[in-house]
Amino acid sequence: MEAVLAVTLGVMVTCGVYLILRARVFPVVVGLTLISYAVNLFIFSMGRLATGAPAVIGKSASHVDPLPQALVLTAIVIGFAMTAFVVVLALRGLGELKTDHVDGQEPRE
Amino acid sequence: MMHALILPLLFPLFAGAALLLGHRLPLPAKRGFSLLATLALVPVALWLLLLAGDGQLRLYAMGDWQPPFGIVLLLDRLSALLLLLNAVLASFAMLYACRGDDERGPNFHALFQFQLLGINGAFLTGDLFNLFVFFEILLISSYTLLLHGQGPARVRSGIHYVVLNLLGSALFLVGVSLLYGLLGTLNMADLAVRVAEMDAGSAPLVAAAGYLLLIVFGLKAAILPLHFWLPRAYAAATAPVAALFAIMTKVGLYAILRVFTLIYGSEAGPLANMVSDWLWPLALVTLAVGVFGALASRGLQTTIGHLVVVSVGTLLAGLALGSQAGLAAALYYLLHTTLVSGGLFLLADLIARQRGALGALLVSAPALRQPLLLGLVFFAGAISVVGLPPFSGFFGKLMLLQAVPPGPDALLFWPVLLVGGLGMLIALSRTGSLIFWRAEGEPVAERADGLRLLAAVGLLLGSVLLVLLARPIIAYLQATAAQLLDLQPYLAIIRGGEA
Repeated sequence: MEAVLAVTLGVMVTCGVYLILRARVFPVVVGLTLISYAVNLFIFSMGRLATGAPAVIGKSASHVDPLPQALVLTAIVIGFAMTAFVVVLALRGLGELKTDHVDGQEPRE
Repeated sequence: MMHALILPLLFPLFAGAALLLGHRLPLPAKRGFSLLATLALVPVALWLLLLAGDGQLRLYAMGDWQPPFGIVLLLDRLSALLLLLNAVLASFAMLYACRGDDERGPNFHALFQFQLLGINGAFLTGDLFNLFVFFEILLISSYTLLLHGQGPARVRSGIHYVVLNLLGSALFLVGVSLLYGLLGTLNMADLAVRVAEMDAGSAPLVAAAGYLLLIVFGLKAAILPLHFWLPRAYAAATAPVAALFAIMTKVGLYAILRVFTLIYGSEAGPLANMVSDWLWPLALVTLAVGVFGALASRGLQTTIGHLVVVSVGTLLAGLALGSQAGLAAALYYLLHTTLVSGGLFLLADLIARQRGALGALLVSAPALRQPLLLGLVFFAGAISVVGLPPFSGFFGKLMLLQAVPPGPDALLFWPVLLVGGLGMLIALSRTGSLIFWRAEGEPVAERADGLRLLAAVGLLLGSVLLVLLARPIIAYLQATAAQLLDLQPYLAIIRGGEA
């Protein structure tokens, strides 16, 4: 399970970095979202991976650490707000600057 | 438990929320309320400063959950000092904004209060994840404040600023969760204890987490090579926002100081003081590049933005020294540079308003309406920021130069700082002579608004005050540096709980 998770995270971050380097606002936003998903999964995995173990003490023989789950919830909420903000900003940039390049002007050929 | 510690968070939180609820109120009411809420932070911060002056560490356990299980606020001399600095700077910026800049977009006052909440929280918190949360609060407010007033230039610099900081947040989360996964705690004092006691196998990963955090804080503090966003963003922001942003780079530096003296400090076993070898060259290069940027910039605000980068480099050099004298000098310089660059941003806006459509672009423009008054204030501010006597910049730099032990470090640092000062002097003389002497035609604009002028001059007078009160301030800063370097009381927070 660890290997699958690690590969998944790696692929997501690679795609995210590639999209961010496209330097167009929409791919950048999608890339940031992918990276923040990967980071959320990473936080989650820091509580160690286990199947079928509740995050409550005393309900079953084994339990997992509930704190990373609380952290990831916070990170998801914050990431959600930031994504919403950056989407609005991207639309705003498209309206004001008439281009979707992150530098606000088309690159010189 | 002392409830005073949470007041610097509650005031702006409730003021901001109330301002959001009452956003239909007439503007004078909102202005009055917001200004009062900001001014109220000054006596609170003064009180905390007096409390912290006795050298005790004060904890505020949220919901009475004891550390390391609950989230704590931690007040020591350093956080009290920065809270006061933030309150003073914000009061003057708010005073300036109340004269018309707050009308240029909706909800300026609420956002300003949330920004203060984030900054105060970052200075007070004793928990690494909580630091992330307060960083996000101050960042999302700063995104919107940066865009306040709108226009293409702001949107252009805003996209860079937002995307870079979102990436920074992702790295911050990776670093924090890595530390949690390895050490099982996020309380800074507890982390310090566990880093000191960890087994050798996990040391490389803990170091990696530390370097990730250094990148994130370096981005906030605008350390080379992560500083390219700063001059453009600060030049594009409205004046009171740019003035308040003068403390934002210091939040990053504060985080570096806190994390790398406490968690990766002298008690950290194999990782003790692991970043100081990195910080020293970075500081010098940042300083030099900032000076070149100031020499090359084509607008007054951009010049000041590059001077902020120079000040970051100077401060970082003081932190990298890691000695008590170095830290005290850096903190004195921090007080000086925050107040003066805030004042200069306000002054640059006053000057730009009198130059008609050209604004603060460095080309010949119509003559100013009040060249003598603004010129004199600019002259004083420039002398102070460059570091010539009789202002505080001189004393800050002098203390830093004296703090470097003789040897190769001094041989490198003295020329960089002094030639850098010369470069700043050239950049500012060129700017000043162009604006004040090479003017064409009759004045086009009206006289400067009295309150705005008061706000700008007030911040610059902080430089004079730092000189007049130098003796008690330096005594306090020496004690602050000594407290930061003596880790035993911090470690005892957790060990005392276990006993």
